[in-house]
Amino acid sequence: MRDVAIIGVGMTKFGRLEGKDLMDLLAEASLNAMKDANVENKEIDAVYVGNMLSAAINHQTAIASSLVDRISIFPAAADKVENGPASGGSAVKNGFLAVASGVYDLVLVVGGEKMTSADTDVLTDYIATMTHPTAEYVHGITLPALAAMLMRIYMQRYGVTERHIAMVAVKNHKNGMKNPYAHIHREITIEGAMQSVMISDPLRLYYTCPISDGAAAVILCPADKAEEYRDKPVKIIGVGQATDVQCVHEREDPAVLKSCRIAAEKAYKMAGITPKDIDVAEVHDAFEILELVESEDVGLFEKGKAHLAVEKGVTEIDGEMPINPSGGLKARGHPVGATGVAQIVELVWQLRGEAGERQIKKDAKRALACNFGGFGNNTVIHILEAMWK
Amino acid sequence: MRVPRYWRNKLFRYRLVGWRCINCGAFHHFKPLVCKRCGSRGFREVELPKTGKLLAYTVVKIAPADFKDKAPYLIGLVELDDGTRILAQLTDFSQDELKDGARVEAVLRKIREDGESGIIEYGYKFRPLVG
Repeated sequence: MRDVAIIGVGMTKFGRLEGKDLMDLLAEASLNAMKDANVENKEIDAVYVGNMLSAAINHQTAIASSLVDRISIFPAAADKVENGPASGGSAVKNGFLAVASGVYDLVLVVGGEKMTSADTDVLTDYIATMTHPTAEYVHGITLPALAAMLMRIYMQRYGVTERHIAMVAVKNHKNGMKNPYAHIHREITIEGAMQSVMISDPLRLYYTCPISDGAAAVILCPADKAEEYRDKPVKIIGVGQATDVQCVHEREDPAVLKSCRIAAEKAYKMAGITPKDIDVAEVHDAFEILELVESEDVGLFEKGKAHLAVEKGVTEIDGEMPINPSGGLKARGHPVGATGVAQIVELVWQLRGEAGERQIKKDAKRALACNFGGFGNNTVIHILEAMWK
Repeated sequence: MRVPRYWRNKLFRYRLVGWRCINCGAFHHFKPLVCKRCGSRGFREVELPKTGKLLAYTVVKIAPADFKDKAPYLIGLVELDDGTRILAQLTDFSQDELKDGARVEAVLRKIREDGESGIIEYGYKFRPLVG
């Protein structure tokens, strides 16, 4: 198996992007990443497109073939990868495997979603179709409702209060203010968050990600050829993916994201490192409770203790373990298929020292991305390492 | 939800009848080919107990399109008396009765009217167990 490097990253701004359709977004992010990698169109051997809802809300299928056409990378092999909100992470994983195997040398991975053109109740429904059709979906379940019950169990069991959840949201909004690509540029207060509209009790609006449009892309190549394209290549040293029982209520413990734990274990094992070696992480905070649960289940904090780290400022940009310096899904936004790729784009910028005002204070060598599909039944983890450090 | 998908699952929706793995005991609310927990293939039909306790609940205010007219509504994670956990809507709860750990019992209720086909779907919900 060959070592794989990321030699280019790019994204669109996330937000309500009037006047741009899904293909415009995918094309813009792809071209940004190709420019960053100094790669010409015709060099691309294959493209993997992460997207969840094109057929449902954009009335378009086979979008990978359409993207090749749009940005003229013929005759590149092209596949769409759909894994719910982990579509982006799964697309990166497929690109990694393709380069590692030796089949392709230059691979474009792009994730994107155009969501704001659909009504909220229609989107809520499509996203709920990820749940079990006859044991969850049929009862009118929503993803915010599953997050609300997880939040309640965490509050009962670990002494987490609503204030802790609000603190996570405040931190992510603060980071998002410094991110020009973020959907939400608004500083909020703990009190303001705790008075925001109730979505699914006890989950409020400010504990929930927005509905966003956007795309993000990376270019992969064999690590030994990376410096032919640009300086500061970033190696993917660990990849892990794992699944769990679909119904939340049928899991051994509904408060444990087993797929996160196993995916992380696999990624650490491949990388030959432990959680202590991670300097910065992007985790999938579609709901702020998930930032706590995931950062524990990937091993960055002890189970039930992440909220104590939040209290002490450990997860801030200038803390010992910065989490979601981009603003996370909460502030950067969550165009579902784009998210897993956008996490990796952010971490590459952080490792290169190119994150501008939101650059983390410590000199980071290794970074972890946790992209979470379904309600935690399919998680993709990537571990990155700066090759020049 | 398409009508055939609903109809195929009616034994569970009306009576909480499903299949338990003979090897490991995992419960399935439809007749499975393979046990989701242990992978074995032997099952026996069981009717679940109708009472249990509420593990966690939420009030859904932003609902999917087909449930928009029903919002706000209650959803709960219920642990039945034999330890089986299921998800369902809650009904007939007063604010005082609504707390984690509350004793509940299953009742047959209208779940929704199907928009496209016009059928009315019935199924279990849980209400507070009195006494």
